[in-house]
This record gives sequence, structure tokens and C-alpha cells, in this order.
Amino acid sequence: MTAAKGSAERTPSAARSPFVYRPTASPEEAARWEPRRILITNVRSIAGRAYPRLIGLRREPSWILFEILLPFLTTSAFVFVYRALQSPPEYIGFVVLGGAMTAFWMNVMWMMAAQLYWEKDQGNLERYFTAPMSMMAILLGMAIGGLLMSTFRAGIVLLVGTIVYGVVFSVDQWFLLLGVFVLFLTALYGLGMMLATLFVLWGREAWHLTQIMAEPVYFVSGLNFPVARLGLFGAAALGTIPLAVGLDAIRQLAFAGSTNTGSFISPEGEALLLVAMTIVFIGLARYLLRIIERLARQDGKLITRTS
Amino acid sequence: MPVSPTPLHSAAALAIDARNVGRVYKAKPNPIVALDGIDLTVRPGELFGLLGPNGAGKTTLIKILTTLLLPSSGTASVFGFDVERQTSQIRRIMNIVSGGEQSGYGLLQVREQLWMFSQFYGLGVREGWRRVDELIDLVGLQEQRVQKVSQLSTGQRQKLNFARGLLNDPWIFFLDEPTLGLDVSAARATRELTLAWQAAVPGRTILLTSHYMAEVDEMCDRLAIVDRGRILAIGTPAELKHRVQSESIFRLELDRLDRGVGALARLPGVISAASVAGNDNGADGERNTILVKLVLVDDGALGPVVSALAGLDAHIVSLQKSEPSLEDVFVELVGRGFEDDLTVHQNGTGLRSAGSRPADEESVAEELAGRSR
Repeated sequence: MTAAKGSAERTPSAARSPFVYRPTASPEEAARWEPRRILITNVRSIAGRAYPRLIGLRREPSWILFEILLPFLTTSAFVFVYRALQSPPEYIGFVVLGGAMTAFWMNVMWMMAAQLYWEKDQGNLERYFTAPMSMMAILLGMAIGGLLMSTFRAGIVLLVGTIVYGVVFSVDQWFLLLGVFVLFLTALYGLGMMLATLFVLWGREAWHLTQIMAEPVYFVSGLNFPVARLGLFGAAALGTIPLAVGLDAIRQLAFAGSTNTGSFISPEGEALLLVAMTIVFIGLARYLLRIIERLARQDGKLITRTS
Repeated sequence: MPVSPTPLHSAAALAIDARNVGRVYKAKPNPIVALDGIDLTVRPGELFGLLGPNGAGKTTLIKILTTLLLPSSGTASVFGFDVERQTSQIRRIMNIVSGGEQSGYGLLQVREQLWMFSQFYGLGVREGWRRVDELIDLVGLQEQRVQKVSQLSTGQRQKLNFARGLLNDPWIFFLDEPTLGLDVSAARATRELTLAWQAAVPGRTILLTSHYMAEVDEMCDRLAIVDRGRILAIGTPAELKHRVQSESIFRLELDRLDRGVGALARLPGVISAASVAGNDNGADGERNTILVKLVLVDDGALGPVVSALAGLDAHIVSLQKSEPSLEDVFVELVGRGFEDDLTVHQNGTGLRSAGSRPADEESVAEELAGRSR
């Protein structure tokens, strides 16, 4: 060790120093982490990254306007159309359910997908990559934070819609409904995680693609009508878009016995589809994260703040 | 909490060991060579400075060492861990703070933001809050504890960044222009924190980049002068300054010197003696003293000169050693100064905090000189 400048002042203090928190005997010891510590750090990182999302719920109330009141107006418009057409009463419920699910979709498309790209511009991405946790923990934290936030918002829309428009649900299989809902969330936020990585890789092009795809996805997902009515398009949507699959399964289970969903896949089958989507999307997100880190270290630009 | 006083058993491993490190960025029409065969070793416990203008390659080197970037050629390790393959180990023992850093989320309060980052380093929930409060006190952000991050001034923001950097008790701390854009007092606070943090545990190592030569001169045990991706010189500040000046130069103020400066010039070890200000006799008009620039073969020659002055019936009013600055060294090595780069860089960041004088080379030097007095 070198004789450092002012070394007399650099002798360790026997008293507890605020500059020393978790003393280790050497850098080697500090770098040696057991698998349990790695796991715990990643779990805590998930909680840490979810935290700002939950704080945002309380601290940025603009979401009440943009994610509840405005979407509720769209939902109401469809309710009045169905009422004017004297459609079966389940249709009102379909629309209210679709309105509630919009909160998740908007969260995934506009917050989750663009989040990592935004993090890059803030300089956060570099800090995340230099911290000892897995980047998957950050993605999962973003997803779980967004999921909890959106569940709260969706719950409000569902509650208000149900009360205002007198929706009557008919549920026979509560556990399956809960399971499908959870799978819907995992598949949807798995898609969000994958999109987030794509946004970092493709940047502005991915943003434009999302904007272009937003309305078509809304349409083929059947937010305001049973997706099966779309025939071939509906089938394609069910095969690729978690919003379409999850919403169709939830409608079938929330309005048991109704033939108006016109679904050609059972809720159990759709649950399996959601499981497959979850695996594919999260697997792709993990794969893309590795590519991002490799490319970032090679070209020096991908995760570096540019603004 | 006891601190291990035992020497590092990793003493064999250098804190930083870079060998022939090169980095080329793809660019059109021609690739950009950011680093060109850097050889650098930093020992555990050193505060090592990288001094150079914009585009010299300082930040690129830090990015390689912090695992954000791969070297195009050569090898580098941090405490024995390879920067290409052992990224996880390096990330567990290091942290980095950059000047003008805006990481985190503006809607969070200071305390919340630090807690969030504490989770990324695996601190427990309560443990994280405890540590955060401790660091807030340490960096002097008590009054901003529950203030939103977006409302912090530049100096407060940098204190927050510094607290973030200390969350994991790093063994090696990379500070990339940490005082850039800070006002004088915030820059001073940052420097003091840096030194105090390093002093707390033997073996803690700092790699500091800075535009401020006086800052590097004052803080660093050793430094490297970098330009255009190459290290031009490495050494202690004194060694580097000695390169451009082999003689010892003193500025001597005497109450009288009846026999003239020629009497001094004839003393052993004196290369030259000349009046430096005032009238032809070297007299300071205001204070009625004599100012002499004395050039000696080395510092050891000063003793006989002082003794001889008594014989000449002259009394010393003040004595100041005149040393070349690191800027002199830089100009000597590079063939140009980097004042222009500095100006452009500062103006480009827009980081000056309202109502405060931003630190600049001159103010840093003034302040450090004041401290040493």
C-alpha cells in the first residue's frame, strides 16, 4: 500500500464511523456473495424499483383524470350504444370489464414499454448496470410496481362502472377466475418487460411502432366487444395478445353460462395460452437484456445517457 | 462497529491494473480512438487522479473499469477481478459518482430515493432506512430529507449522489468530475467527504477525474496526465512538477539588503538571485521591504542562505517556495493548455446553481490555498 497523502489522518477509528457500515476484511471478501445473498439482493431490488411506482400513485394524482375519468367516458359511450341497441345485458358488463382492463394495457404500453428508454436518458440505466443486482430484478420491479398501481386503478373503474351501470356478474369458478386474472397480469407485464428491452434496442423506431399499433391492438383485443366476433382476426389476437386472451377468459368466467362471448377456446385453454405467453415474453425479455448489456459494452452507447 | 485494522490480505492485488488498454469507438467516417494503449496501476489505498481535457479518454477509462464498457484491446482488472469476465464481483465492491449526475426519480424525496438505491445493494428494509438517515446526516442534507429530488439545487443533488455512492461501503470509488458545476462551498464539502471516507478504512481506493488542477494537486497521492487517449506522465504531483523544474525557486521578502541581491547570488548553492518587484533594488514600495527571487540548486541550499542573511544584517519577513503548477506540467507535456476545453465544458453543462458562484479553476485554487494557510 502506498504511503498516502495525509496518511496519519487515515488511520481507522475504533469508534463507529458513519463512513463504515458493513466492514469487510478485503475486497475479495466483499466480492464473495453466497447464492442466498444474491437472491435476497435481487428480491430487494424488485421491491426497490417497484417503490417509485407506488409513490407515484400517491404523489401524481393526474392519473385520476387520464387513466380513470377519460377511459371511463369511452366505456360509457359504448354502454349507451349497447343500451340503445337493446343488446343483451352482459354486453354492458363486457364493456365495463374492458374499460377496467384498459388501465393495465395503457400502463404496459405507455409506461412500462418506454420506461427503460427513459431510464437511459435519466442516467439511471448506467447506475443499474453498475449495481450488483440482476437487470431482470429491475424489470420485474417496474412490472410489479406498475401492476399494483394499475390494479388499483382498474379496481376503481370496475367498481364505479358496476355501480353506475348496474352490472350483474355470474361467477361459478372463483379460483379459476383469480388464476386467469393473475396469469393475464403475468403475460401482459411479461410483454411489457419485453417491449421495454426492445425500446432500448430500437429506440425511437420502437416508440413509433407502439404508437402505430396502439389503436389496432385496442381494436383486435376486443376491449369493448367480445373478441370472438372478429372471427379470424379475433383468433389471431387470441394467439398473440395477452390482453385479448385474458379479457376473453375473464369475460367467460365472470359471466358464466352466457353464450354471448362467442368464445371458441375454453377459459382453461386460454389460461394455458397465458402461461405460454408469460414464459415466452419473460424469456425474451431476459434474452434481450443480455443482448443489451453485450451491445452496450461493445459499442458504448446503448445504455449511456445521450441528452 | 469495529473496523478491521489488519492489512489487506489482497495487498498483492492492485486496486487497478490496466495493461495496454485501448478503446476504439465505431464512427463515421473514421473510428475514434478514445484510449490508445493505457498502462496504469493504482495501489490499494491510493487516491489517484486522472487529469486531462475533454476527450482525453478519462471517462472512457472509468467506464471500462466500472464494467460499463469493454476494452477494444488490452486487459484491465479491479482488485484482481477482470473487467470483462468478473463484472459481478467488481460491481459488489465499487461505486461511481459523476458530476452532473441526474440519476433517480424526481418525484421521490431524498430519503426515499436513497432507500430505493439501498435495496439495489441488498440492504434490508429497516437497515436501508437506518443507513439512509445516517448518510443524509453525513452529507449534510438534513434539511432536505423529505424534499423532492427534483427540487434540489445542483450542490444538494451532488451530495445526494455522493450519499448514494456510499450506500454499499465500496472498496473502490470512481469519481468522475465530482465537483463539476458545483459552487465553491459544495465543491469543498465534496472534497472533504471524499477524503474523510477514504481515511476511515485502510485500502479504500479512489480514482478521481477532474478538470480542476488545484483539486487534483491537493487531493491526489498520484496522478496521470492524459491526453488523446494516452497517458503522458504518471507520478505524485510533486514529482510531475519537478519534471518541469529541477531547481528550487523561492520568493524571499527581506526587511533590508544593503549589499544588494548580488551578495546573495554569490552564496553557495545559489544559482541566481534577482529582485522581482518594486524598484530596481527590489524594494516593495508599499511595505518598504525587499523582494527577491532566489533560484537554488535544491531545497537543501536554503539553510546556508538563511544563515548567511544574518551575516548580511537582513531579516526575513516572508519566505515562499515558488512551484510550478500542474498546468505548467500539462503545458510542458501536451504543448497546450486546456482552458478552452474547460470553458466549453462548463458552459455546456448548464449546471450552475442559482445564486452561487460556480467553482472554477481559479476559485478552487484560491480556496485550497486558503485552506492550506
